[in-house]
Amino acid sequence: MAEKVKVTNLHKSFSSNHVLKGIDFEVSEGEVVCLIGPSGSGKSTLLRCLNRLETPTSGSVEVDGVLITDKHTDLNKFRENVGMVFQQFNLFDHLTVKKNIMLAPVDRKKMSKDEAEKKALELLARVGLTDKADAYPRQLSGGQQQRVAIARALAMHPDIMLFDEPTSALDPEMVGEVLAVMKELAAEGMTMVVVTHEMGFARDVADRVIFMADGVIVEEGLPDEIFSNPQSARTKEFLSCVL
Amino acid sequence: MNFAQVFSEGTSLLLEGIKLTVGIALFSILIGFFIGLFACLMGISNVKILKFISGAYVWVIRGTPMIVQAFIVYFGVPQVVQVFISGFRFTPFVAGVITLSLNAGAYMSEIFRGGIQAVNKGQIEAARSLGMSQSKALIKVVLPQAFRIAIPSLVNQFIITIKDTSILSVIGLAEIVNKAKTYVGATYQFFATYIYVAAFYLVIISVLMIFSKMLEKRLNNNGRKSKSH
Repeated sequence: MAEKVKVTNLHKSFSSNHVLKGIDFEVSEGEVVCLIGPSGSGKSTLLRCLNRLETPTSGSVEVDGVLITDKHTDLNKFRENVGMVFQQFNLFDHLTVKKNIMLAPVDRKKMSKDEAEKKALELLARVGLTDKADAYPRQLSGGQQQRVAIARALAMHPDIMLFDEPTSALDPEMVGEVLAVMKELAAEGMTMVVVTHEMGFARDVADRVIFMADGVIVEEGLPDEIFSNPQSARTKEFLSCVL
Repeated sequence: MNFAQVFSEGTSLLLEGIKLTVGIALFSILIGFFIGLFACLMGISNVKILKFISGAYVWVIRGTPMIVQAFIVYFGVPQVVQVFISGFRFTPFVAGVITLSLNAGAYMSEIFRGGIQAVNKGQIEAARSLGMSQSKALIKVVLPQAFRIAIPSLVNQFIITIKDTSILSVIGLAEIVNKAKTYVGATYQFFATYIYVAAFYLVIISVLMIFSKMLEKRLNNNGRKSKSH
């Protein structure tokens, strides 16, 4: 299978804080990779390096055949192919749900207004929120907002989806509806990199689980291997706390 | 204290003055709004020289009294320009608009900056993650939200600008306070006249406040309602 993401010796520091200390990993087309690990381990920073919301200090990141650590890369063009879903949803508060979804496709000239509106309604149907098309984000529950955020990212027809703790800000009873949408997406063959604390999701949906701690990848493997038979002491300790 | 006399004699005079007061304030608020927006965008840009110009502008305007600025614009600047263009002068109206809009612009620039900073950083990240450029994200996502946040402070600045027109009486602008001074000079009705003038300002500013309340209410109905089920 084709490589979708290739990260080589990635380092990232915030002033004196060395967050990522030499990360190497790859994601194949259609693969669902879950990044797990304790807070502060660098999972989110790693994810944000994959669409250059963070600029790596050193190392290379290649996504979809584009070397995004090269400063000549057209990041805007590149980002059209990489959707991102945030922990805090980050829906545009001043726009209706429908317009949230339509904004980027129209701005980036991927679609006409009419096409974008049609697409938005299609995507809203897919995430079960047709009746909320004209509502504002504040009128929705967290779970609904996150489903809109997923629809918004999908409107750009991305090849890869990045999820940054998509259920961490949700009330427990809303986690399921968001995970269900993500599961469906995985089943359709979307390449996904998911930072998550939902071990059940990682176990059921991931093709591969990567455990990170203190800025390095400690262990990676099939979900069953990681969850049932972790090799490193650090992984065992973490899993004993969360499972 | 003869209110009846002031009311019958002064009303037409003060109405003339109020026209100028409102006119000059409207012009200055409008021009100041764009100066402020521009200065704010320069201030948050990554270009050092633009940042510097914006910072220096705000620093000078905030750090000097408006009455001195008005004197510089009305008496000082023409003196310099006259070296090149003989007989050059500003009318009090033009000098007044220049002074007031530069003033309002500096304060509004700070208000806009505060509004932009108050917009959650996640908003711009979401826009960028979808492929939108920094400037498009700013225009389509950040600024509309920053404006909404800034409205109460902007209205406050509008009120200050309206009241600041009274300072322009020192450069001979025939606005309401200047008219009142003339009238008082002839009649000695200090108390009644200035109370009447104060009432004029109160009415104008009350109208502005009612408008702004209506505007805020309208904007708040766009999605700021509590969750609907």
